[in-house]
Amino acid sequence: MCITRRRCVYLPRNRFPHHNDPAVQHGEIPRSRVTRIGIGGPVGSGKTALVAALCRTLAGELTIGVVTNDIYTTEDADFLRTQGILPSGRIRAVQTGACPHTAIRDDITANLDAVEELEHDIAELDLVFVESGGDNLTATFSYGLVHRQIFVIDVAGGDKVPRKGGPGITRSDLLVINKTDLAPLVGADLSVMDREATAVRDGRPTLFTSLAAEPGAGAVADWVRGVRAARAPA
Amino acid sequence: MQPVTNGALSALLLLLLDSRAPAGGHAHSGGMEPAITAGLVGDLEGVEAFCRGRLCTSGRVAAAFAAAACTAWPDGDWDLLDAEYDARTPSEAVRVASRQLGSGLRRMLRAMFPACVLPWPHSPAPHHPIVLGAAVALAGGRAELAAQAAALASITAPASAAVRLLGLDPLAVQGMLARLLTNYGSFAVSQMVGEPLFAGGAPYLDLLADVHHATEVRLFAS
Repeated sequence: MCITRRRCVYLPRNRFPHHNDPAVQHGEIPRSRVTRIGIGGPVGSGKTALVAALCRTLAGELTIGVVTNDIYTTEDADFLRTQGILPSGRIRAVQTGACPHTAIRDDITANLDAVEELEHDIAELDLVFVESGGDNLTATFSYGLVHRQIFVIDVAGGDKVPRKGGPGITRSDLLVINKTDLAPLVGADLSVMDREATAVRDGRPTLFTSLAAEPGAGAVADWVRGVRAARAPA
Repeated sequence: MQPVTNGALSALLLLLLDSRAPAGGHAHSGGMEPAITAGLVGDLEGVEAFCRGRLCTSGRVAAAFAAAACTAWPDGDWDLLDAEYDARTPSEAVRVASRQLGSGLRRMLRAMFPACVLPWPHSPAPHHPIVLGAAVALAGGRAELAAQAAALASITAPASAAVRLLGLDPLAVQGMLARLLTNYGSFAVSQMVGEPLFAGGAPYLDLLADVHHATEVRLFAS
């Protein structure tokens, strides 16, 4: 008998405290108090901007570290540092050998090293964002590396993107559709994107954001808070 | 799972030595990326010359240390072996890369042999050829195989990086690697089992590695 992942994910927490954590279901990351969240998505969809927004919004309540897989890592780190969002010691860069997919899914060694180094160096760490290099719709994180993952697309890629599916769209724990402020300019119909994302995501949530209009990404930050609350010991 | 003890090539050894095994190797180019960036390598012929040079220098050093670790397992003087390898690796960037690869392989060994207590300190992580030699022993292989595996690893990483960076025909590269091993494979591992531990290097590669390490835009860790 085949039990879909979703049916496991939504079992009541108090019966199986770890059961609704995909990472623990897959028998992977040893439980620690640090929550790891992967942020993936195509080039230019706003991954770094989302990381910056989340760090800015959550910095007052959580100690956050970032691992970036981007090619221009120093640029990303500078962006976070100069905006006063994160001190440089909280940002680590990994090289992906020109295969951003591989580094977050098939061979997560370098990312694990970076995350564990952050956890070792910063005792009070609560949360790590692992930002993937820009890739395509099939790039997803291994649950050996992260507890939950966000996939970021934008409306400028066209409103057909959710329908195209791919593991990033269909299986990510949260789908973020960014740059909604551009929708009228590129002729993207948000209701189509919403309907089609809902159709392929089997109940997993989707959020629309415009980081230009709402730099705090409040709804996504709330989702992150929810992930942390769900992982907290009962 | 009980390790095989007769030295025969087992499925467990093949699993360990599979280039797709998740031990972190895919992000290392073994100096190929800086060589391409510097314009020293640009085509299949260049890749072959580069790999031949690596096989016969740092490849032989790696082979010697993998063999020594395999022979010594499990009771070797690991600190001494570590210091000897450091002494043969003048480039700091190469030493860092070797320890990163060693750390990744060690992590994989913990997954493959959960009951085994590994002898190295958490930090600094052990050098890659030393872990590789120990891994071959753990999986039931002998020193000769450990030497071959280390020599092979010294050329597959740059060859794979060249395929990705230069868009070379992967089948042509595979053919080149087979040719290289046919012509130089025996030389690379000859007299690499036992004392004294081979010392050889490629100063140009060492310099390139240090330059690469300080480069901002790079796709590979080494």
